[in-house]
Amino acid sequence: MPELIETPIHPAAGPWDLPEFVSEDQLPSRQGDRVIQYREALREAMAEEMRRDKRVYLIGEEVAQYNGAYKISQGMLEEFGPKRIIDSPISESGFAGMSIAAAMYGLRPIVEFMSWSFSLVAADPILNNAAKMLYMSGGQWGCPIVFRGNDGAGGQLGSTHSWCVEGLFANVPGMKMVIPSCPYDAKGLLKTAIRDPDPVFFLESERMLGDRAHVPAEEYYIPFGQAAKLREGDACTLVSFGRPVNFCLEAARRLAEDGIECDVLDMRTIRPLDIESIAASVQRTGRVVVVDQSWPFGSVASEVMAQVCEHCFDWLDAPPARVNTADVPTPYAKGLEQAYLPNPDRIVAAVENIVQG
Amino acid sequence: MAKTAISSKRLSDQLPNQVLIDWLRSMQLIREFESRTMQAYQQAKIGGFCHVYTGQEACAVGTLACVNDDDPVVLAYRDHGHALARKMTPEACMAEMFGKTTGCAKGKGGSMHMFDRPHWLFGGHGIVGAQTPLGTGLAFAAKYEREVLGQGLDGSEAKKKVSLCYLGDGALNQGAFHEAQNLAGLFSLPVIYIVENNGYSMGTAIQRGTTMPDDLCLKAAGYGIDAIQIDGMDIRNLYDHFKPFADACRAEQKPGFVDLKTYRYQGHSLSDPQKYRTKDEVDQWKERDSIAALLHHLMTERACVSEEDWKNMTGDIRQQVREAVDLADKAPDPDVATELYSDVYANPQKGLSPSCDYNHGLKNPLL
Ligand SMILES: Cc1ncc(C[n+]2csc(CCOP(=O)(O)OP(=O)(O)O)c2C)c(N)n1
Ligand SMILES: [Mg+2]
Repeated sequence: MPELIETPIHPAAGPWDLPEFVSEDQLPSRQGDRVIQYREALREAMAEEMRRDKRVYLIGEEVAQYNGAYKISQGMLEEFGPKRIIDSPISESGFAGMSIAAAMYGLRPIVEFMSWSFSLVAADPILNNAAKMLYMSGGQWGCPIVFRGNDGAGGQLGSTHSWCVEGLFANVPGMKMVIPSCPYDAKGLLKTAIRDPDPVFFLESERMLGDRAHVPAEEYYIPFGQAAKLREGDACTLVSFGRPVNFCLEAARRLAEDGIECDVLDMRTIRPLDIESIAASVQRTGRVVVVDQSWPFGSVASEVMAQVCEHCFDWLDAPPARVNTADVPTPYAKGLEQAYLPNPDRIVAAVENIVQG
Repeated sequence: MAKTAISSKRLSDQLPNQVLIDWLRSMQLIREFESRTMQAYQQAKIGGFCHVYTGQEACAVGTLACVNDDDPVVLAYRDHGHALARKMTPEACMAEMFGKTTGCAKGKGGSMHMFDRPHWLFGGHGIVGAQTPLGTGLAFAAKYEREVLGQGLDGSEAKKKVSLCYLGDGALNQGAFHEAQNLAGLFSLPVIYIVENNGYSMGTAIQRGTTMPDDLCLKAAGYGIDAIQIDGMDIRNLYDHFKPFADACRAEQKPGFVDLKTYRYQGHSLSDPQKYRTKDEVDQWKERDSIAALLHHLMTERACVSEEDWKNMTGDIRQQVREAVDLADKAPDPDVATELYSDVYANPQKGLSPSCDYNHGLKNPLL
């Protein structure tokens, strides 16, 4: 009879070098004057990991000679050469599937989707192969791979190009989902994603690529499954992830002017989900609004609300509420698109509604 | 056994008798194994969809005989034969179908998903065509290993490898396969797509499903990939043609495509009434049976196998497979407490699921 696996990391992953994680207060400071863009933070994360480990390569459309459709990989071809920064034709199912096998074989691919909207034509490899390989092979092969790209609406791109895949894909066990809301987290989380032995779906936002903030030059790793508390207050908990975290902060500032102080939690990763931090907050505030840039039906917001009900039922002073995108295909016209998206106005209204009852 | 000296230009004729005798054994093992698979399926010891390989044995045995033990291999769902030809034990293969913890995937994969890491078998894959980008990726990784890392991932000397990717004729029509071929052609990756062309995808005859059904090589030409058509019912002929083809793909690190003509004797799956073909057609193919043909060669032209030898061989195999079935039958079911939630994440963390904490279960029996 075979024995139980005793190691913390599954042996299918081979000898694994997870980074040393430190607690939030030991991470390098978020304050400073090394101000760079979100896209540069992503690039820095990839380049640092590629310097460290030759098994890591980047593949995607226009990532090499064009310097990245969104200039995320600018200059990387020059540093790492065409064998590691690889221009792929428009063939998502092909290059995603190809890289999944390379990950099984022992490489550490980073697969860039120009947009997660285009990952839908690669749904079979990323969901059926990457996420299930370890299980279906009975623990023989894992799939240490990062899929990353733009997620979410907001540039008047119309229905086909505005996908928020978090609700759709987070449903599938076997993968991890990461969604940074700021440059600092983008670097620290992407580095962790590349080092993690499981398939990671890394959701960026085209709307945020130009956002500028201090990002430490040094290497740091942000652990998965630990929310960041960005603001404190006793009236209501605001839970969000990715770009709408910024709308929550804006809403919280405005609410504070009216004396309504909110906790703002940036989940940073959807799977794993730091429900403990959410529960601790909701058990104090008694109220929660979840803000999610995908559709409401069967969304991450629904999941968070369900878990809040499971963990905090006795503490709730009002029904949990959510702000999602409108439940329609993404419209093109500017005004319609703005009304479609979660925004500070809608968040303020949702909080006022449950706080004032 | 009598020795023979055959002077011939045929590559397979230059192989020692023992090599061909091993092929015969391997093909017969698959045939016997599959007949016990069908039996066990009828007895409801095997669940789900189950596709047997009977009739196509020469394809797996012949092609795998042309590559090295550490060349990566990936399969479609009709995968028991390849797994056995690649030296997975019949016990591990049968136990997998029985859903037992001693199965190659601890009972988590089933008939369509046979994995064998020690033998570089990267799985059977249940989605038609899904394995084809994977085959491309295995070639990509092997080439990257040599060109970028300059050595094997395990620190060994870098080698020129070739990956084998098997598919059915039905998968010719799947988009993923076309992307896979384009990338392989574009990046010049050493993968060989072996189309086991048995003339049908379920009930759809090939001419009802794909263009240019008589010359599939034209399709590969569209991607700049060298292609050959080979009769897959005659293993010696298969070796004669496939061996130099595979060697060239390895040496030149380029892709290949093989239209391997074959036939499945049984229905598509074990629940197929086979209304789409005649008994006559099946019988005609059976007359060209690959095992019978090789046996005939070994008994007459090479005169290295006697009736007695064959009787002993089939008897041994019957015994071996019976034992595999017995072992599978007696093996324990997976323990829900350790197996249901294990092997989902290599690095399980808190908060991955609202319903459970993932764990690690038993070590895989093959590792
Ligand atoms: C994407 C997808 N569509 C449909 C099926 C159902 N299906 C399983 S096997 C099969 C026929 C495939 O035939 P072929 O590729 O010729 O392989 P063979 O059965 O002849 O070995 C079909 C339609 C599937 N598994 N995957
Ligand atoms: Mg077929």
